[in-house]
Amino acid sequence: MSAVDAATPSSVRPLLSIVDLRVRIAGSQILQGVSFDVPATGVTVLLGRNGVGKSTTLKAVLGLTPAGSQVTGEVLFDGVPTAGQATHHLVRQGLGYVPEDRGIFAGLTVAENLKLAERTSSSLRSEASGRAEPDYDTAYQLFPELRQRGRQRAGTLSGGQQQMLAIARVLLNPNRLLLVDEPTKGLAPRLVTEVADVVTRIAESVPILLVEQNLALVRRVGRDAVVLASGAVAYSGPIGALLDDEERTRSLLGVGHHRAAA
Amino acid sequence: MSTFLLLLLTGLGLAGLYFLVASGLSLVFGLADVLNFAHGLFLSVGAYATWWAATSLPGAGSEGFGFVLAVAFGVAAGAVVASIVELVLIRPLYKRTIAQVLVTVGLSLAGVALLQAIWGADARPFPRPAWASRVTVIGDASVPNSSLLLAVAAAVVLAGLLAFLRFTRVGLVIRAGVEDRSMVTALGIDVRKAFTLVFALGGAAAALAGILAGVQFSVVSPGQGTSLLIFGFIVVVIGGMGSITGTAWAAAAVGLLQQFVNYYASGLGDICVVALLAVVLLVRPQGLAGVAGGAHA
Amino acid sequence: MRPETTASEQRRDERAGKAGVPWFLVRRFVPVGVLVLLAVLPYTSLRIPVLFERPLNAPGSVHLIAICLVFGGLALSYDLMFGRTGMLSFGHALYFAAGGYATAILLDQTQWPLWMVALVAVLGSTVLALLLGSVALRTKGIAFAMVTLAFAQIGAIAVSRNPGRITGGEEGLSLDGHRLPDALVGVVNTVNLYWLALAFVAVVAFIVHRIDDAPAGRVLAAVRDDDRRVDVLGLSPYRYRLLAFVISGALAAVGGVVYVLLIGGANPGLTASDLTLSLLVMVVLGGPGTRWGPLAGGVVFAYLDHRLTAVGSSDAVERLPSVLSGPLSEPLFILGVVFILAVYFFPGGLAGLTQRLGPLRRLLPGK
Repeated sequence: MSAVDAATPSSVRPLLSIVDLRVRIAGSQILQGVSFDVPATGVTVLLGRNGVGKSTTLKAVLGLTPAGSQVTGEVLFDGVPTAGQATHHLVRQGLGYVPEDRGIFAGLTVAENLKLAERTSSSLRSEASGRAEPDYDTAYQLFPELRQRGRQRAGTLSGGQQQMLAIARVLLNPNRLLLVDEPTKGLAPRLVTEVADVVTRIAESVPILLVEQNLALVRRVGRDAVVLASGAVAYSGPIGALLDDEERTRSLLGVGHHRAAA
Repeated sequence: MSTFLLLLLTGLGLAGLYFLVASGLSLVFGLADVLNFAHGLFLSVGAYATWWAATSLPGAGSEGFGFVLAVAFGVAAGAVVASIVELVLIRPLYKRTIAQVLVTVGLSLAGVALLQAIWGADARPFPRPAWASRVTVIGDASVPNSSLLLAVAAAVVLAGLLAFLRFTRVGLVIRAGVEDRSMVTALGIDVRKAFTLVFALGGAAAALAGILAGVQFSVVSPGQGTSLLIFGFIVVVIGGMGSITGTAWAAAAVGLLQQFVNYYASGLGDICVVALLAVVLLVRPQGLAGVAGGAHA
Repeated sequence: MRPETTASEQRRDERAGKAGVPWFLVRRFVPVGVLVLLAVLPYTSLRIPVLFERPLNAPGSVHLIAICLVFGGLALSYDLMFGRTGMLSFGHALYFAAGGYATAILLDQTQWPLWMVALVAVLGSTVLALLLGSVALRTKGIAFAMVTLAFAQIGAIAVSRNPGRITGGEEGLSLDGHRLPDALVGVVNTVNLYWLALAFVAVVAFIVHRIDDAPAGRVLAAVRDDDRRVDVLGLSPYRYRLLAFVISGALAAVGGVVYVLLIGGANPGLTASDLTLSLLVMVVLGGPGTRWGPLAGGVVFAYLDHRLTAVGSSDAVERLPSVLSGPLSEPLFILGVVFILAVYFFPGGLAGLTQRLGPLRRLLPGK
């Protein structure tokens, strides 16, 4: 775990640094001192049993924890503290988010969902200067179905299609880091494979902090793993080393790892 | 038949009034989670501003174009006051929902008292063009023009709001924000700007409601806003918070129900409206058009 | 919440005990002491300048304090729902008015003695609370607030429309002195009415605090903080909410009876939504969920409301330019502004608000 150092060249400096993050929600201490780094390339997977606080960690980075929750600790995005910055401000700096429940707007059409995510020039801030047009090409390339279903209400899409929409949305804008929360949750195996393909392709150009329970997918796309247990980091290191150790995997994640095809 | 037609059209006029009051409430609550008790104040501000303009503003009066000017002044006053309230009182309390409600409560008490202090608690005659106190004969019924005015105005505002929500970017942001505000911010959009706009729109619609209520009842008084506000709340809850179409349907239901029942049994109409509210809440707590199990209570 | 308080109080007792101060005795006897003080207040000829125009034993001062006490008790009854159980009702005035108007109407229309009238008025209002509450409580949060508001509005409309000419409509209904026991009639007997008001406050405080300390009080706090905890215990949140609602309403009705006796009649102002909103202001200023906060808030608010009217029409204010003297002569303006400022700068209220607001956030959806 490299120490955060402003003098470190950005190619070596972790893109995201979480230092002693503690989150208290509704009287319950969810995170009790989480610290880890996310490098500027590849997929870092955030693992852990249900309810341990993986989604909470992502939300805390973005400032999306529920009102009334107490968040202490430090989060540094590319060396700059995120404290005091509003969510929309952070997102505009290149932090894309695909939430666990997909977060698509059921009452809007598919096209409107995408349009909403566009960052038009009239609302650009200074740090976003030089932005090109929203990148529909990549989105439609990965998800051709979305183009056909433009006028369909997003609420009538299937789970898999909604997931595609949620991912397509973040791809419209340049991202420096993607926070993706359980993209394969509740999807049929065929769709899991599709999503895995998409994630792999995206990871070639954008680093991802991925929360996932599907270990086959994790092994396929992930490079580093950070495992949460009891509100803190219990393991941090290469994916392979963790998953090869069946006993450790079982004790930390509660499941065995079946080497089924991803 | 003529009675039916009369009741129908006056009922629609009443529905129009309720829609104008409720539309702002619905959007503000749907988007910003603010239960705006001071909304009744915007009603009164609009009415008094128009009253003042008609008597003191050069070029404005109670007839013809002068009246239109006075009305425009009143509506603008409502929008401006609403924007100021949002920026100065509500915005600083962002995410502190209870505190925001409390502030609007305090504002409604203080605001009505202020109006009372300036213009007295008694009802004052409201300036209105001569044609507004006349009737139009439709079929067999003699329908008051003020009712027709209300119905038409509400229809125009409804169409305008729907178009705004459907075709503009801000409208898109508002529609999304009503569904899931935090996700909108997670897309890099500063939702708070939309709040002020929604408050302003609501304030303008409420001001228009207050003005047209003044035209219909021919008087204006400080407490007028409060009684209309309560019906506004009822309509919003029945229709589903955050939904303009839901509010429109609910306003129609409440206005027509009240008008018809009150004709046959005076006073019972109001009780029926409350009973309707209770029934809707028991059967479908999110309102007619609300999102089931959504973030709204 | 309650267990924490008890634990910290226990620790404080221990520390005080070690320091030789019998803290538990203090905690128990200070309220009794205050009660005794209040009881003898109307017999002193103490003058408190600025606060009271006349000596404390003058009928005017006694009357004013009595009114403040009634609102203190009313505010505490409201807090049983708001601060302690987390229910935001906008229609509490309905039960206050029900008690008051029932009393006035029954005295007017029947020949029953006062005690019977009062009993029937309170019982009737309690039944009303039970009926309306059981419907309203099928909803929560904002919807609940709206339903209670709507019900209260019906009451207000019913009163003002004066069905059968029994409510007196806009002018209200005065009490006929001949129908009341001699001890309650006449300026000379103001002090007896004062005793009634004091008894009312004592009863409300007694009941609410007993509930606080009983297991039921803990359940109410749990209902306020998180429904699911209560469900898990096999208890019904709905039943407990209804219990709080009905007891609140009953206490408010008693307050209504006392108030109507105190001011000599019922008037439509009792049914106004402004009254419930004022209760909300009283409770929040005093500190919701705290032991004495709401009571203090009610007393202070009622006092300011009355005194500010007097101040507003006083010479000092009249001499100010009309831009200032106008608004300043309306007590609700000053109180509304003070309230807004308090929400901003003193979220602690009189008794420490911040901790209490946390659980209440669950009342309203916050995204």
